[in-house]
Amino acid sequence: MLTIRNLPVRFAAVATLAVASTFGAAAAQATDITGAGSSFVYPVMSKWSAAYAGKTGNRLNYQSVGSGAGIAQIKEGTIDFGASDAPMKAEDLQKYGLGQFPIVVGGIVPVVNIAGVQADQVKLDGATLADIFLGKITNWNDPKIAALNAGLALPAGKITVVHRSDGSGTSFNFTNYLSKVSPEWASKVKFGTAVEWPTGVGGKGNEGVSQYVRQIKGSIGYVEYAYAVKNKLAWVDLKNASGNFMKPSADAFAAAAATADWASARDFNLIMTNAPGEQAWPITATTWMIMYKSPTNAGNTKVAFDFFKYALEHGQPAASELDYVPLPAALVSRIEAYWAAEFKH
Amino acid sequence: MPTFPATAAPEQRAIRDARHERLFRWLLKGCALIVLAALLGAAGATLWGGREAFATFGWHFLVSSEWDPGNDVYGALVPVYGTLATSFIALLIAVPVSFGIAVYLSEVAPTWLRTPIASAIELLAGIPSIIYGMWGLFIFAPFFAEHIKPWLTNNLGNKPDDGKLSWVAEHVPFVGKLFGSDYPFGASILVAGIVLAIMIIPFISSVMREVFQTVPTRLKESAYALGSSTWEVSWDIVLPYTRSAVIGGIFLGLGRALGETMAVTFVLGNAMQLSASLLDPGTSIASTIANQFSEAAGLQKSSLMALAFLLFVVTFIVLLIARLMLRRLASKEGR
Repeated sequence: MLTIRNLPVRFAAVATLAVASTFGAAAAQATDITGAGSSFVYPVMSKWSAAYAGKTGNRLNYQSVGSGAGIAQIKEGTIDFGASDAPMKAEDLQKYGLGQFPIVVGGIVPVVNIAGVQADQVKLDGATLADIFLGKITNWNDPKIAALNAGLALPAGKITVVHRSDGSGTSFNFTNYLSKVSPEWASKVKFGTAVEWPTGVGGKGNEGVSQYVRQIKGSIGYVEYAYAVKNKLAWVDLKNASGNFMKPSADAFAAAAATADWASARDFNLIMTNAPGEQAWPITATTWMIMYKSPTNAGNTKVAFDFFKYALEHGQPAASELDYVPLPAALVSRIEAYWAAEFKH
Repeated sequence: MPTFPATAAPEQRAIRDARHERLFRWLLKGCALIVLAALLGAAGATLWGGREAFATFGWHFLVSSEWDPGNDVYGALVPVYGTLATSFIALLIAVPVSFGIAVYLSEVAPTWLRTPIASAIELLAGIPSIIYGMWGLFIFAPFFAEHIKPWLTNNLGNKPDDGKLSWVAEHVPFVGKLFGSDYPFGASILVAGIVLAIMIIPFISSVMREVFQTVPTRLKESAYALGSSTWEVSWDIVLPYTRSAVIGGIFLGLGRALGETMAVTFVLGNAMQLSASLLDPGTSIASTIANQFSEAAGLQKSSLMALAFLLFVVTFIVLLIARLMLRRLASKEGR
């Protein structure tokens, strides 16, 4: 009687043990790492993490919560790495024992909606672009615009500026570029993830700005390159720091990353807008990964580095598909040297 | 003589009942206190979070129209104005329409039609606000910019396309300013108000319909017997009878309009600038917080918390006004 009664219990015990051991074995193989921050890298992060999980079984949980929140969470140590569109200052990194490095490059392009105007037809330089966003140039037939666009008759029409309404890395890099090319912008508006826009209307996210630009005749906005391609918006060619008019393209973004002066930037603390290269696209951006130099959870950090190594060395096709640009080889080896020198892992 | 052993039992039962009664009361009190605690907690937390902003800017925070993260200077006037203006427009549209719906459903509509329309209204109330926002951004705002706005700016505004002021803009004060805009897009304070109105109509009209049904048939039929029209019965019998509940329903809708975030963010244009024109873009408290919170730090974050606290204050003041209005109406009733 007694044994029979106990039989199911025993079965249950055996079953539990078996299940526990399989789970235990799985846990030993696969590690879940967590990152949070920038929404700029979210699409490519999800693509990489799916590919990486398929290869190694380690899963990456990336939360696209915004750069500010990403930095706050890594400071509290609740995640394995943070991701920010703006680099952290050297003293902050030192204070918290953090290190940072770029992971992927993307371009931000001004887009316009002018009747009959296609992509790559309108040409602007930094100062003119800043004057438009300052509200000083208000009509498309302004002589300053005409001077840059010989042969293209732009119709008279009010310019409506479209900017991001939410705080974003896209705005950070765009306003950083305007600060570099316009002293007035630098002193009045400054740069940041959100600023006090002198004129215009705000769309939420890249989608919001794309939508507004499509709907408003005579508008100019700025979006990540991928959104301009996807929404078939007419982008503007920009004059770069060495005086060449550039079309936005993967090569031009890569050229900006390659020619930016990384050698003298401690902890990669360099915003690469207005890069000096001959073929560089002037509004090129990256996202920094932020990690502890002496991590408390060494296992997770090891996996995180393995993931970043995979992303830097084998992530190009996935990045290119999403219109991001892989980092140039010289920068990759610089980052790997930085890992070896600065991080314990 | 038979004994009555049962006498002890009722006593015990009375004690047990009393204990249950006490327990039940505590439970009820607890439920009510949770609401109070949540309210005080949220208000206290936002005030605490915003202390830095209040300490830095003082009263200037309330009256300054500047919101400049670049220079770390913040003022709440633009979002507060946007919140009040959009909600006011929403009420201006939603209250008459809801009254019409409720009167139609309770007085005029044939019985077989009442239930389907009433359920349709309740379904409308359940649509998530993001859907209204998308509809507003993709469909209504372009339609408004194309077909309604030109008419408004040309016939009422002080900045018509052909430069010729209309009679209204010239002779009626303020109207020209309210409808004058040379900004070519739909998303604006007026559009946000209209979208909000559509969102709160289900709330207000379903409350109105419920309470209109509580009016005794005797009263209404007496009025009809004396030769009153449907309008007179609705206005002179039904409305006074249900007044406090109707105002309660209106303020329920207003509360939703004041705090609405997602839909407004899509159709308000998100421009931090103060403009008298209803056709210019603006911003509201809730949409400013939604837009900027994730990337804010330091004083900017504190200012957003302070904004959240102001939303509490604005809502509280509005509800207070509602209470006072109700009291004045109630005191008039005696005469």
